Amino acid sequence: MAATLLSLRDVVVRYGDTIALQIAALDLHSGEILAIIGPNGSGKSTLLRVMGLLQRPSDGTVMFRGENAFDGNLLRLRRRCATVFQEPLLLNATVYENAVLGLKLRGLSNHEIARRLDPWLERLGIAHLRQRFARSLSGGEAQRTSLVRALVLEPEILLLDEPFAALDPTSREALLRDFQAILNDCKITAVFVTHDRNEAFGLAGRIAVLHHGRMAQIGAREDVFHRPESEIVADIVGIENRLPGVVEDCDGRYVIIRVNQIWLRVAGRLTPGIRVIVCLRPESLMISRDNFRASDYNRLTGTIKGVLAGLMHQRITLECNGLPLVALIERQPCVNLKLAEREMVTITFSSSAAHIIIAH
Amino acid sequence: MELIWHGVLKAAELVFGLDGEVWSITWRSLQISGCATFISLLIGMPLGIALALARFPGRATTVALINTGMGLPPVVVGLFISIFLWRSGPLGFLELIYTPAAMVIAQVIIAFPIVAGLTMASFQALDPKLALQLLGIGASKPQLLWLLVREAKLPLLAAVMAGFGGVISEVGASMMVGGNIRNQTRVLTTATVLETGKGNFEIAIALGLILLGLTFAINLLLTRIQQREQLRWPRLS
Repeated sequence: MAATLLSLRDVVVRYGDTIALQIAALDLHSGEILAIIGPNGSGKSTLLRVMGLLQRPSDGTVMFRGENAFDGNLLRLRRRCATVFQEPLLLNATVYENAVLGLKLRGLSNHEIARRLDPWLERLGIAHLRQRFARSLSGGEAQRTSLVRALVLEPEILLLDEPFAALDPTSREALLRDFQAILNDCKITAVFVTHDRNEAFGLAGRIAVLHHGRMAQIGAREDVFHRPESEIVADIVGIENRLPGVVEDCDGRYVIIRVNQIWLRVAGRLTPGIRVIVCLRPESLMISRDNFRASDYNRLTGTIKGVLAGLMHQRITLECNGLPLVALIERQPCVNLKLAEREMVTITFSSSAAHIIIAH
Repeated sequence: MELIWHGVLKAAELVFGLDGEVWSITWRSLQISGCATFISLLIGMPLGIALALARFPGRATTVALINTGMGLPPVVVGLFISIFLWRSGPLGFLELIYTPAAMVIAQVIIAFPIVAGLTMASFQALDPKLALQLLGIGASKPQLLWLLVREAKLPLLAAVMAGFGGVISEVGASMMVGGNIRNQTRVLTTATVLETGKGNFEIAIALGLILLGLTFAINLLLTRIQQREQLRWPRLS
Protein backbone atom coordinates (compact mmCIF):
# COMPACT_ATOMS: atom_id res chain seq x y z
CA MET A 1 0.00 0.00 0.00
CA ALA A 2 1.48 3.29 -1.10
CA ALA A 3 1.84 6.17 1.34
CA THR A 4 -1.10 8.53 1.71
CA LEU A 5 -0.16 11.91 0.28
CA LEU A 6 -3.34 13.79 0.89
CA SER A 7 -6.33 12.94 2.98
CA LEU A 8 -9.62 14.78 3.30
CA ARG A 9 -11.85 14.21 6.30
CA ASP A 10 -15.40 15.55 6.72
CA VAL A 11 -14.68 18.31 4.22
CA VAL A 12 -17.58 20.66 3.56
CA VAL A 13 -17.57 23.64 1.23
CA ARG A 14 -20.50 26.03 1.46
CA TYR A 15 -21.35 28.92 -0.80
CA GLY A 16 -23.82 30.87 1.29
CA ASP A 17 -26.54 28.42 2.26
CA THR A 18 -25.81 25.85 -0.43
CA ILE A 19 -23.46 22.98 0.19
CA ALA A 20 -21.21 22.69 -2.84
CA LEU A 21 -19.10 19.83 -1.56
CA GLN A 22 -19.40 17.28 1.22
CA ILE A 23 -16.72 14.60 1.37
CA ALA A 24 -16.58 12.29 4.38
CA ALA A 25 -13.22 10.75 3.50
CA LEU A 26 -10.92 10.78 0.52
CA ASP A 27 -7.30 9.61 0.43
CA LEU A 28 -4.85 10.21 -2.38
CA HIS A 29 -2.01 7.71 -2.50
CA SER A 30 1.50 8.38 -3.66
CA GLY A 31 1.97 7.52 -7.34
CA GLU A 32 -1.69 7.06 -8.21
CA ILE A 33 -3.73 8.85 -10.83
CA LEU A 34 -7.21 9.78 -9.72
CA ALA A 35 -9.88 11.06 -12.07
CA ILE A 36 -12.82 13.07 -10.77
CA ILE A 37 -15.92 12.78 -12.94
CA GLY A 38 -19.50 13.93 -12.55
CA PRO A 39 -22.10 16.18 -14.14
CA ASN A 40 -21.79 19.98 -14.33
CA GLY A 41 -22.11 21.61 -10.93
CA SER A 42 -21.38 18.39 -9.04
CA GLY A 43 -18.45 20.00 -7.21
CA LYS A 44 -15.57 18.54 -9.24
CA SER A 45 -13.65 21.78 -9.60
CA THR A 46 -14.31 22.74 -5.99
CA LEU A 47 -12.90 19.40 -4.86
CA LEU A 48 -9.84 19.91 -7.06
CA ARG A 49 -9.25 23.38 -5.60
CA VAL A 50 -9.49 22.00 -2.06
CA MET A 51 -7.08 19.19 -2.93
CA GLY A 52 -4.70 21.68 -4.56
CA LEU A 53 -4.79 23.70 -1.30
CA LEU A 54 -6.22 26.65 -3.24
CA GLN A 55 -9.53 26.82 -1.42
CA ARG A 56 -10.05 26.54 2.31
CA PRO A 57 -13.01 24.27 3.06
CA SER A 58 -15.76 25.68 5.30
CA ASP A 59 -15.37 22.63 7.53
CA GLY A 60 -13.19 19.57 7.92
CA THR A 61 -9.49 18.88 7.57
CA VAL A 62 -7.09 18.43 4.68
CA MET A 63 -3.92 16.61 5.66
CA PHE A 64 -0.87 16.81 3.41
CA ARG A 65 1.53 14.01 4.39
CA GLY A 66 0.09 14.08 7.88
CA GLU A 67 0.28 17.86 8.22
CA ASN A 68 -2.88 19.90 8.61
CA ALA A 69 -2.60 22.00 5.47
CA PHE A 70 -4.90 24.90 6.21
CA ASP A 71 -3.72 25.35 9.77
CA GLY A 72 0.00 25.35 9.11
CA ASN A 73 2.24 27.00 6.58
CA LEU A 74 -0.14 26.83 3.64
CA LEU A 75 2.22 28.43 1.10
CA ARG A 76 5.02 25.95 1.84
CA LEU A 77 2.66 22.99 1.27
CA ARG A 78 0.96 24.60 -1.72
CA ARG A 79 4.36 24.92 -3.35
CA ARG A 80 4.65 21.14 -3.29
CA CYS A 81 1.57 20.97 -5.57
CA ALA A 82 0.89 22.45 -8.98
CA THR A 83 -2.42 23.09 -10.70
CA VAL A 84 -3.23 23.31 -14.40
CA PHE A 85 -6.58 24.72 -15.53
CA GLN A 86 -8.72 24.27 -18.60
CA GLU A 87 -7.60 27.59 -20.05
CA PRO A 88 -3.83 27.99 -20.24
CA LEU A 89 -3.99 31.31 -18.25
CA LEU A 90 -0.56 32.48 -19.35
CA LEU A 91 0.94 35.85 -18.51
CA ASN A 92 1.40 38.38 -21.28
CA ALA A 93 5.03 37.32 -21.79
CA THR A 94 7.11 34.77 -23.68
CA VAL A 95 6.78 31.00 -23.44
CA TYR A 96 10.08 30.90 -21.54
CA GLU A 97 9.01 33.54 -19.00
CA ASN A 98 5.72 31.72 -18.45
CA ALA A 99 7.30 28.30 -18.13
CA VAL A 100 9.82 29.44 -15.49
CA LEU A 101 7.33 31.46 -13.48
CA GLY A 102 6.79 28.85 -10.76
CA LEU A 103 10.53 28.29 -10.37
CA LYS A 104 11.13 32.06 -10.18
CA LEU A 105 8.45 32.38 -7.50
CA ARG A 106 10.40 29.81 -5.49
CA GLY A 107 13.57 31.86 -5.84
CA LEU A 108 15.62 29.33 -7.79
CA SER A 109 18.86 30.40 -9.47
CA ASN A 110 18.94 30.94 -13.23
CA HIS A 111 21.34 28.04 -13.61
CA GLU A 112 19.02 25.67 -11.75
CA ILE A 113 16.02 26.99 -13.72
CA ALA A 114 17.72 26.29 -17.07
CA ARG A 115 18.79 22.83 -15.95
CA ARG A 116 15.24 21.88 -14.97
CA LEU A 117 13.33 23.64 -17.73
CA ASP A 118 15.04 22.49 -20.92
CA PRO A 119 14.15 18.78 -20.68
CA TRP A 120 10.48 19.63 -20.13
CA LEU A 121 10.34 22.07 -23.04
CA GLU A 122 11.81 19.29 -25.21
CA ARG A 123 9.48 16.68 -23.82
CA LEU A 124 6.37 18.73 -24.56
CA GLY A 125 7.74 19.71 -27.96
CA ILE A 126 7.73 23.48 -27.41
CA ALA A 127 11.48 24.15 -27.12
CA HIS A 128 11.41 26.02 -30.45
CA LEU A 129 8.73 28.37 -29.10
CA ARG A 130 10.79 29.66 -26.14
CA GLN A 131 10.90 33.26 -27.29
CA ARG A 132 7.37 33.38 -28.73
CA PHE A 133 4.79 35.54 -27.01
CA ALA A 134 2.01 33.69 -25.24
CA ARG A 135 -0.71 35.46 -27.16
CA SER A 136 0.67 34.24 -30.49
CA LEU A 137 0.41 30.56 -29.51
CA SER A 138 -2.23 28.10 -30.68
CA GLY A 139 -4.50 26.54 -28.05
CA GLY A 140 -2.45 23.35 -27.98
CA GLU A 141 0.89 25.18 -27.69
CA ALA A 142 -0.47 27.39 -24.92
CA GLN A 143 -1.74 24.40 -22.94
CA ARG A 144 1.63 22.68 -23.42
CA THR A 145 3.29 25.78 -21.98
CA SER A 146 0.89 25.67 -19.04
CA LEU A 147 1.72 21.98 -18.50
CA VAL A 148 5.48 22.64 -18.61
CA ARG A 149 5.00 25.46 -16.10
CA ALA A 150 3.46 22.93 -13.70
CA LEU A 151 5.59 19.84 -14.51
CA VAL A 152 8.90 21.67 -14.18
CA LEU A 153 8.05 22.25 -10.52
CA GLU A 154 8.20 18.45 -10.05
CA PRO A 155 5.15 18.69 -7.78
CA GLU A 156 4.29 15.95 -5.34
CA ILE A 157 0.72 16.29 -6.56
CA LEU A 158 -0.21 17.50 -10.02
CA LEU A 159 -3.78 18.76 -10.25
CA LEU A 160 -5.53 19.29 -13.57
CA ASP A 161 -8.96 20.84 -14.13
CA GLU A 162 -10.23 19.58 -17.50
CA PRO A 163 -6.81 20.20 -19.04
CA PHE A 164 -7.66 19.00 -22.54
CA ALA A 165 -11.30 20.03 -22.80
CA ALA A 166 -10.79 23.31 -24.64
CA LEU A 167 -8.51 21.91 -27.35
CA ASP A 168 -9.38 20.94 -30.91
CA PRO A 169 -9.53 17.14 -31.44
CA THR A 170 -6.16 16.86 -33.21
CA SER A 171 -4.06 18.78 -30.67
CA ARG A 172 -6.10 17.19 -27.91
CA GLU A 173 -5.19 13.66 -28.99
CA ALA A 174 -1.54 14.57 -29.53
CA LEU A 175 -1.27 16.19 -26.11
CA LEU A 176 -3.16 13.33 -24.48
CA ARG A 177 -0.64 10.82 -25.90
CA ASP A 178 2.32 12.91 -24.71
CA PHE A 179 0.76 13.40 -21.30
CA GLN A 180 0.01 9.71 -20.87
CA ALA A 181 3.65 8.87 -21.66
CA ILE A 182 4.84 11.44 -19.10
CA LEU A 183 2.53 10.03 -16.43
CA ASN A 184 3.84 6.52 -17.11
CA ASP A 185 7.50 7.51 -17.16
CA CYS A 186 7.62 9.93 -14.26
CA LYS A 187 5.45 8.17 -11.67
CA ILE A 188 3.60 11.40 -11.03
CA THR A 189 0.78 11.54 -8.50
CA ALA A 190 -2.02 13.30 -10.31
CA VAL A 191 -5.64 14.27 -9.80
CA PHE A 192 -7.65 15.42 -12.77
CA VAL A 193 -11.17 16.55 -13.42
CA THR A 194 -12.70 15.52 -16.71
CA HIS A 195 -15.96 15.30 -18.59
CA ASP A 196 -14.57 12.73 -20.97
CA ARG A 197 -15.17 9.11 -19.90
CA ASN A 198 -12.52 7.81 -22.31
CA GLU A 199 -9.97 10.21 -20.87
CA ALA A 200 -10.85 9.16 -17.32
CA PHE A 201 -10.72 5.46 -18.16
CA GLY A 202 -7.55 5.81 -20.23
CA LEU A 203 -5.48 7.86 -17.80
CA ALA A 204 -6.66 7.11 -14.30
CA GLY A 205 -6.24 4.07 -12.11
CA ARG A 206 -8.93 5.18 -9.71
CA ILE A 207 -12.04 7.16 -10.38
CA ALA A 208 -14.12 9.32 -8.07
CA VAL A 209 -17.70 10.04 -9.13
CA LEU A 210 -19.25 13.18 -7.72
CA HIS A 211 -22.94 13.93 -7.70
CA HIS A 212 -24.49 16.97 -6.03
CA GLY A 213 -21.23 17.60 -4.15
CA ARG A 214 -21.11 14.12 -2.65
CA MET A 215 -18.96 11.14 -3.47
CA ALA A 216 -21.31 8.81 -5.31
CA GLN A 217 -18.60 6.17 -5.74
CA ILE A 218 -14.83 5.91 -5.68
CA GLY A 219 -12.82 2.91 -6.75
CA ALA A 220 -10.74 1.19 -9.40
CA ARG A 221 -11.69 2.29 -12.88
CA GLU A 222 -13.07 -1.15 -13.86
CA ASP A 223 -15.30 -1.21 -10.80
CA VAL A 224 -16.66 2.25 -11.38
CA PHE A 225 -17.21 1.80 -15.09
CA HIS A 226 -18.45 -1.80 -15.09
CA ARG A 227 -19.81 -2.29 -11.58
CA PRO A 228 -21.43 1.00 -10.53
CA GLU A 229 -23.00 0.90 -7.10
CA SER A 230 -25.99 3.05 -7.94
CA GLU A 231 -28.14 4.04 -10.86
CA ILE A 232 -26.74 7.57 -10.66
CA VAL A 233 -23.19 6.31 -11.13
CA ALA A 234 -24.34 3.96 -13.89
CA ASP A 235 -25.79 6.97 -15.69
CA ILE A 236 -22.64 9.08 -15.19
CA VAL A 237 -20.33 6.35 -16.50
CA GLY A 238 -22.49 5.93 -19.59
CA ILE A 239 -24.53 2.79 -18.90
CA GLU A 240 -27.58 3.90 -20.80
CA ASN A 241 -29.63 0.70 -20.53
CA ARG A 242 -30.94 0.41 -17.00
CA LEU A 243 -33.82 -2.02 -16.73
CA PRO A 244 -35.81 -2.29 -13.48
CA GLY A 245 -36.79 -5.89 -12.65
CA VAL A 246 -37.35 -8.53 -9.99
CA VAL A 247 -35.19 -11.57 -9.17
CA GLU A 248 -37.26 -14.70 -9.84
CA ASP A 249 -34.76 -17.47 -9.43
CA CYS A 250 -31.16 -18.13 -8.49
CA ASP A 251 -29.11 -21.28 -9.07
CA GLY A 252 -25.96 -20.09 -7.27
CA ARG A 253 -24.18 -18.89 -10.42
CA TYR A 254 -26.88 -17.12 -12.36
CA VAL A 255 -30.01 -15.25 -11.45
CA ILE A 256 -33.14 -15.03 -13.52
CA ILE A 257 -34.59 -11.55 -13.54
CA ARG A 258 -37.96 -10.59 -14.90
CA VAL A 259 -38.11 -7.24 -16.64
CA ASN A 260 -41.65 -6.54 -17.88
CA GLN A 261 -42.45 -9.76 -19.72
CA ILE A 262 -38.84 -10.55 -20.54
CA TRP A 263 -36.62 -12.95 -18.61
CA LEU A 264 -32.94 -12.17 -18.35
CA ARG A 265 -30.18 -14.52 -17.16
CA VAL A 266 -27.37 -12.67 -15.47
CA ALA A 267 -24.26 -13.84 -13.61
CA GLY A 268 -24.65 -13.28 -9.87
CA ARG A 269 -26.14 -14.52 -6.62
CA LEU A 270 -29.27 -12.86 -5.24
CA THR A 271 -32.30 -13.82 -3.19
CA PRO A 272 -35.49 -14.21 -5.27
CA GLY A 273 -38.03 -11.46 -4.76
CA ILE A 274 -35.71 -8.48 -4.46
CA ARG A 275 -35.96 -5.57 -6.84
CA VAL A 276 -32.95 -4.84 -9.02
CA ILE A 277 -31.78 -2.71 -11.90
CA VAL A 278 -30.05 -4.53 -14.73
CA CYS A 279 -27.29 -2.39 -16.26
CA LEU A 280 -26.22 -3.02 -19.84
CA ARG A 281 -23.65 -0.95 -21.68
CA PRO A 282 -24.92 0.02 -25.15
CA GLU A 283 -21.79 -1.51 -26.68
CA SER A 284 -22.49 -4.92 -25.12
CA LEU A 285 -25.77 -5.38 -26.99
CA MET A 286 -25.61 -7.42 -30.21
CA ILE A 287 -28.13 -7.11 -32.99
CA SER A 288 -28.92 -9.79 -35.58
CA ARG A 289 -31.63 -10.58 -38.08
CA ASP A 290 -31.91 -14.36 -37.57
CA ASN A 291 -34.53 -15.82 -35.27
CA PHE A 292 -32.46 -18.85 -34.29
CA ARG A 293 -33.22 -19.68 -30.68
CA ALA A 294 -30.14 -20.85 -28.83
CA SER A 295 -31.47 -19.94 -25.43
CA ASP A 296 -34.67 -18.59 -23.98
CA TYR A 297 -32.79 -15.99 -22.06
CA ASN A 298 -31.03 -12.76 -23.00
CA ARG A 299 -32.63 -12.88 -26.37
CA LEU A 300 -35.05 -10.07 -27.11
CA THR A 301 -37.03 -9.11 -30.14
CA GLY A 302 -37.40 -5.44 -30.75
CA THR A 303 -38.16 -2.71 -33.23
CA ILE A 304 -35.62 -0.18 -34.40
CA LYS A 305 -36.77 3.32 -33.48
CA GLY A 306 -33.79 5.25 -34.81
CA VAL A 307 -30.34 4.90 -36.32
CA LEU A 308 -27.79 7.62 -35.62
CA ALA A 309 -24.68 7.33 -37.77
CA GLY A 310 -21.33 7.91 -36.14
CA LEU A 311 -17.71 7.68 -37.21
CA MET A 312 -16.90 4.54 -35.22
CA HIS A 313 -20.27 3.32 -34.09
CA GLN A 314 -23.88 3.57 -35.07
CA ARG A 315 -26.22 4.35 -32.28
CA ILE A 316 -29.40 2.30 -32.55
CA THR A 317 -32.40 3.08 -30.39
CA LEU A 318 -34.79 0.17 -29.97
CA GLU A 319 -37.98 -0.84 -28.26
CA CYS A 320 -38.49 -4.36 -26.85
CA ASN A 321 -41.81 -5.13 -25.21
CA GLY A 322 -42.17 -1.51 -24.13
CA LEU A 323 -38.56 -1.28 -22.94
CA PRO A 324 -36.41 1.41 -24.51
CA LEU A 325 -32.89 0.17 -25.32
CA VAL A 326 -29.81 1.74 -26.84
CA ALA A 327 -27.16 -0.24 -28.71
CA LEU A 328 -23.83 0.95 -30.06
CA ILE A 329 -22.89 -1.23 -33.01
CA GLU A 330 -19.61 -0.96 -34.88
CA ARG A 331 -20.08 0.85 -38.10
CA GLN A 332 -19.17 -1.85 -40.61
CA PRO A 333 -21.32 -4.71 -39.26
CA CYS A 334 -24.10 -2.23 -38.96
CA VAL A 335 -23.81 -1.18 -42.59
CA ASN A 336 -23.73 -4.86 -43.63
CA LEU A 337 -26.93 -5.53 -41.73
CA LYS A 338 -28.62 -2.56 -43.46
CA LEU A 339 -30.52 -1.69 -40.33
CA ALA A 340 -33.38 0.72 -40.83
CA GLU A 341 -36.14 2.20 -38.75
CA ARG A 342 -39.25 0.14 -37.91
CA GLU A 343 -37.47 -3.14 -38.63
CA MET A 344 -37.70 -6.11 -36.28
CA VAL A 345 -34.37 -7.40 -35.01
CA THR A 346 -33.06 -9.83 -32.42
CA ILE A 347 -31.03 -8.38 -29.56
CA THR A 348 -28.72 -10.57 -27.52
CA PHE A 349 -26.13 -10.04 -24.81
CA SER A 350 -23.84 -12.24 -22.78
CA SER A 351 -24.94 -13.07 -19.25
CA SER A 352 -21.62 -11.71 -17.93
CA ALA A 353 -22.09 -8.36 -19.69
CA ALA A 354 -24.91 -7.32 -17.39
CA HIS A 355 -24.34 -5.74 -14.01
CA ILE A 356 -26.97 -5.75 -11.30
CA ILE A 357 -27.72 -2.94 -8.88
CA ILE A 358 -30.03 -3.59 -5.94
CA ALA A 359 -32.92 -1.12 -6.24
CA HIS A 360 -33.90 0.97 -3.23
CA MET B 1 -7.24 85.61 -38.69
CA GLU B 2 -4.29 87.96 -38.50
CA LEU B 3 -4.69 88.04 -34.76
CA ILE B 4 -4.26 84.28 -34.53
CA TRP B 5 -1.34 84.18 -36.97
CA HIS B 6 0.36 87.01 -35.16
CA GLY B 7 -0.32 85.24 -31.87
CA VAL B 8 1.21 82.02 -33.09
CA LEU B 9 4.40 83.80 -34.22
CA LYS B 10 4.67 85.60 -30.91
CA ALA B 11 4.01 82.35 -29.12
CA ALA B 12 6.81 80.62 -30.98
CA GLU B 13 9.10 83.51 -30.05
CA LEU B 14 8.15 83.14 -26.38
CA VAL B 15 8.48 79.40 -26.34
CA PHE B 16 11.67 79.05 -28.29
CA GLY B 17 13.12 82.30 -27.04
CA LEU B 18 13.07 80.74 -23.58
CA ASP B 19 10.98 83.48 -22.06
CA GLY B 20 11.64 83.28 -18.33
CA GLU B 21 8.11 83.78 -17.12
CA VAL B 22 6.48 81.39 -19.60
CA TRP B 23 8.90 78.64 -18.72
CA SER B 24 8.63 79.19 -14.98
CA ILE B 25 4.84 78.98 -15.28
CA THR B 26 5.18 75.75 -17.29
CA TRP B 27 7.60 74.27 -14.81
CA ARG B 28 5.30 75.19 -11.90
CA SER B 29 2.36 73.55 -13.67
CA LEU B 30 4.34 70.37 -14.13
CA GLN B 31 5.48 70.39 -10.51
CA ILE B 32 2.05 70.94 -9.01
CA SER B 33 0.21 68.53 -11.31
CA GLY B 34 3.03 65.98 -11.14
CA CYS B 35 2.98 66.08 -7.36
CA ALA B 36 -0.83 65.81 -7.32
CA THR B 37 -0.71 62.85 -9.74
CA PHE B 38 1.89 61.09 -7.60
CA ILE B 39 -0.22 61.45 -4.45
CA SER B 40 -3.31 60.35 -6.41
CA LEU B 41 -1.47 57.18 -7.40
CA LEU B 42 -0.56 56.46 -3.79
CA ILE B 43 -4.23 56.75 -2.82
CA GLY B 44 -6.00 55.67 -6.01
CA MET B 45 -4.05 52.55 -6.98
CA PRO B 46 -4.42 50.60 -3.73
CA LEU B 47 -8.05 51.72 -3.54
CA GLY B 48 -8.72 50.60 -7.13
CA ILE B 49 -7.00 47.25 -6.56
CA ALA B 50 -8.93 46.71 -3.33
CA LEU B 51 -12.22 47.55 -5.05
CA ALA B 52 -11.44 45.14 -7.88
CA LEU B 53 -10.23 42.20 -5.81
CA ALA B 54 -11.82 42.42 -2.37
CA ARG B 55 -15.41 41.86 -1.31
CA PHE B 56 -16.50 43.97 1.62
CA PRO B 57 -19.69 45.64 2.83
CA GLY B 58 -20.15 49.05 1.25
CA ARG B 59 -18.11 48.12 -1.82
CA ALA B 60 -20.92 48.93 -4.25
CA THR B 61 -21.43 52.36 -2.67
CA THR B 62 -17.71 53.08 -2.80
CA VAL B 63 -17.57 52.10 -6.48
CA ALA B 64 -20.52 54.40 -7.21
CA LEU B 65 -18.77 57.25 -5.35
CA ILE B 66 -15.54 56.66 -7.26
CA ASN B 67 -17.41 56.62 -10.56
CA THR B 68 -19.07 59.91 -9.63
CA GLY B 69 -15.68 61.26 -8.55
CA MET B 70 -14.23 60.49 -11.98
CA GLY B 71 -16.45 63.18 -13.41
CA LEU B 72 -16.22 65.67 -10.54
CA PRO B 73 -16.47 69.28 -11.81
CA PRO B 74 -13.22 71.05 -10.80
CA VAL B 75 -15.08 74.20 -9.79
CA VAL B 76 -17.08 72.23 -7.25
CA VAL B 77 -13.87 70.80 -5.86
CA GLY B 78 -12.42 74.32 -5.82
CA LEU B 79 -15.45 75.60 -3.96
CA PHE B 80 -15.28 73.00 -1.21
CA ILE B 81 -11.51 73.13 -0.80
CA SER B 82 -11.78 76.93 -0.60
CA ILE B 83 -14.42 76.70 2.11
CA PHE B 84 -12.29 74.29 4.13
CA LEU B 85 -9.04 76.21 3.71
CA TRP B 86 -10.54 79.70 4.07
CA ARG B 87 -8.92 81.70 6.85
CA SER B 88 -12.05 81.30 8.97
CA GLY B 89 -12.78 77.78 7.69
CA PRO B 90 -12.32 74.45 9.55
CA LEU B 91 -8.77 74.03 8.22
CA GLY B 92 -8.00 77.73 8.01
CA PHE B 93 -5.34 77.47 10.71
CA LEU B 94 -3.16 75.57 8.23
CA GLU B 95 -2.90 78.81 6.21
CA LEU B 96 -2.85 76.91 2.94
CA ILE B 97 -5.30 78.94 0.87
CA TYR B 98 -3.62 80.57 -2.16
CA THR B 99 -0.56 78.32 -1.92
CA PRO B 100 0.70 75.64 -4.31
CA ALA B 101 -0.12 73.09 -1.55
CA ALA B 102 -3.79 74.03 -1.74
CA MET B 103 -3.68 73.48 -5.50
CA VAL B 104 -2.10 70.08 -5.01
CA ILE B 105 -4.86 69.14 -2.55
CA ALA B 106 -7.57 70.22 -4.98
CA GLN B 107 -5.94 68.37 -7.87
CA VAL B 108 -5.55 65.21 -5.78
CA ILE B 109 -9.29 65.31 -5.07
CA ILE B 110 -9.89 65.58 -8.82
CA ALA B 111 -7.34 62.96 -9.92
CA PHE B 112 -7.48 60.15 -7.37
CA PRO B 113 -10.98 58.95 -8.30
CA ILE B 114 -9.85 58.83 -11.95
CA VAL B 115 -6.81 56.77 -10.99
CA ALA B 116 -8.85 54.53 -8.66
CA GLY B 117 -11.60 53.99 -11.23
CA LEU B 118 -9.24 53.14 -14.08
CA THR B 119 -7.09 50.94 -11.82
CA MET B 120 -10.20 49.04 -10.79
CA ALA B 121 -11.24 48.64 -14.42
CA SER B 122 -7.81 47.40 -15.46
CA PHE B 123 -7.81 44.79 -12.70
CA GLN B 124 -11.34 43.70 -13.45
CA ALA B 125 -10.31 43.16 -17.06
CA LEU B 126 -7.95 40.41 -15.90
CA ASP B 127 -9.28 36.85 -15.90
CA PRO B 128 -10.31 36.10 -12.28
CA LYS B 129 -9.01 32.55 -12.82
CA LEU B 130 -5.54 33.97 -13.44
CA ALA B 131 -5.21 34.70 -9.72
CA LEU B 132 -6.16 31.12 -8.90
CA GLN B 133 -3.70 29.82 -11.49
CA LEU B 134 -0.87 31.92 -10.09
CA LEU B 135 -1.60 30.60 -6.60
CA GLY B 136 -1.74 27.16 -8.18
CA ILE B 137 1.89 27.35 -9.26
CA GLY B 138 3.00 28.59 -5.87
CA ALA B 139 2.68 32.38 -5.75
CA SER B 140 2.52 33.94 -2.28
CA LYS B 141 -0.05 36.69 -1.69
CA PRO B 142 2.47 39.53 -2.26
CA GLN B 143 3.86 37.76 -5.35
CA LEU B 144 0.33 37.33 -6.65
CA LEU B 145 -0.39 41.05 -6.23
CA TRP B 146 2.86 42.00 -7.94
CA LEU B 147 2.21 39.64 -10.88
CA LEU B 148 -1.32 41.00 -11.31
CA VAL B 149 -0.04 44.61 -11.28
CA ARG B 150 2.57 43.63 -13.87
CA GLU B 151 -0.07 41.93 -15.99
CA ALA B 152 -2.30 45.03 -15.84
CA LYS B 153 0.61 47.44 -16.32
CA LEU B 154 -0.45 48.98 -19.61
CA PRO B 155 -3.96 49.94 -18.56
CA LEU B 156 -2.46 51.08 -15.25
CA LEU B 157 -0.18 53.43 -17.16
CA ALA B 158 -3.29 54.76 -18.84
CA ALA B 159 -4.72 55.46 -15.39
CA VAL B 160 -1.61 57.46 -14.50
CA MET B 161 -1.78 59.54 -17.63
CA ALA B 162 -5.51 60.11 -17.46
CA GLY B 163 -5.03 61.42 -13.91
CA PHE B 164 -2.21 63.72 -14.97
CA GLY B 165 -4.06 64.87 -18.08
CA GLY B 166 -7.09 65.67 -15.94
CA VAL B 167 -5.27 67.96 -13.53
CA ILE B 168 -2.76 69.68 -15.83
CA SER B 169 -5.63 71.03 -17.95
CA GLU B 170 -7.93 71.89 -15.07
CA VAL B 171 -8.52 75.59 -14.36
CA GLY B 172 -11.47 76.11 -12.01
CA ALA B 173 -10.08 74.66 -8.81
CA SER B 174 -6.54 75.99 -9.38
CA MET B 175 -7.91 79.48 -9.86
CA MET B 176 -10.11 79.30 -6.77
CA VAL B 177 -7.70 77.76 -4.27
CA GLY B 178 -4.45 79.01 -5.81
CA GLY B 179 -5.51 82.55 -6.57
CA ASN B 180 -3.32 82.87 -9.70
CA ILE B 181 -0.60 84.77 -7.82
CA ARG B 182 2.34 85.69 -10.01
CA ASN B 183 5.48 83.66 -9.35
CA GLN B 184 3.65 81.62 -6.71
CA THR B 185 0.48 79.94 -7.87
CA ARG B 186 0.20 81.00 -11.49
CA VAL B 187 0.03 77.93 -13.73
CA LEU B 188 -0.55 77.45 -17.47
CA THR B 189 -4.33 77.35 -17.28
CA THR B 190 -4.85 80.24 -14.88
CA ALA B 191 -2.29 82.37 -16.72
CA THR B 192 -4.10 81.69 -20.00
CA VAL B 193 -7.36 82.90 -18.47
CA LEU B 194 -5.67 86.03 -17.11
CA GLU B 195 -3.81 86.98 -20.28
CA THR B 196 -6.90 86.43 -22.40
CA GLY B 197 -8.85 88.70 -20.05
CA LYS B 198 -6.20 91.38 -20.38
CA GLY B 199 -6.22 91.10 -24.17
CA ASN B 200 -2.64 89.78 -24.35
CA PHE B 201 -3.56 87.20 -26.92
CA GLU B 202 0.05 86.46 -27.96
CA ILE B 203 1.02 85.30 -24.49
CA ALA B 204 -2.31 83.53 -24.03
CA ILE B 205 -1.81 81.64 -27.27
CA ALA B 206 1.76 80.75 -26.30
CA LEU B 207 0.59 79.37 -22.97
CA GLY B 208 -2.31 77.62 -24.66
CA LEU B 209 -0.01 76.00 -27.19
CA ILE B 210 2.31 74.71 -24.49
CA LEU B 211 -0.65 73.26 -22.62
CA LEU B 212 -2.02 71.77 -25.83
CA GLY B 213 1.37 70.28 -26.60
CA LEU B 214 1.57 68.70 -23.16
CA THR B 215 -1.91 67.19 -23.26
CA PHE B 216 -1.41 66.06 -26.85
CA ALA B 217 1.82 64.29 -25.90
CA ILE B 218 0.06 62.56 -23.01
CA ASN B 219 -2.91 61.52 -25.10
CA LEU B 220 -0.68 60.30 -27.92
CA LEU B 221 1.17 58.05 -25.51
CA LEU B 222 -2.10 56.87 -23.97
CA THR B 223 -3.62 56.08 -27.35
CA ARG B 224 -0.58 54.14 -28.48
CA ILE B 225 -0.69 52.04 -25.33
CA GLN B 226 -4.36 51.36 -25.73
CA GLN B 227 -3.96 50.51 -29.40
CA ARG B 228 -1.21 48.07 -28.56
CA GLU B 229 -3.59 46.28 -26.22
CA GLN B 230 -6.42 46.32 -28.74
CA LEU B 231 -7.38 42.92 -30.07
CA ARG B 232 -7.84 42.80 -33.81
CA TRP B 233 -11.46 43.09 -34.81
CA PRO B 234 -12.69 41.43 -37.96
CA ARG B 235 -13.85 43.72 -40.74
CA LEU B 236 -17.55 44.21 -40.10
CA SER B 237 -19.94 44.59 -42.96
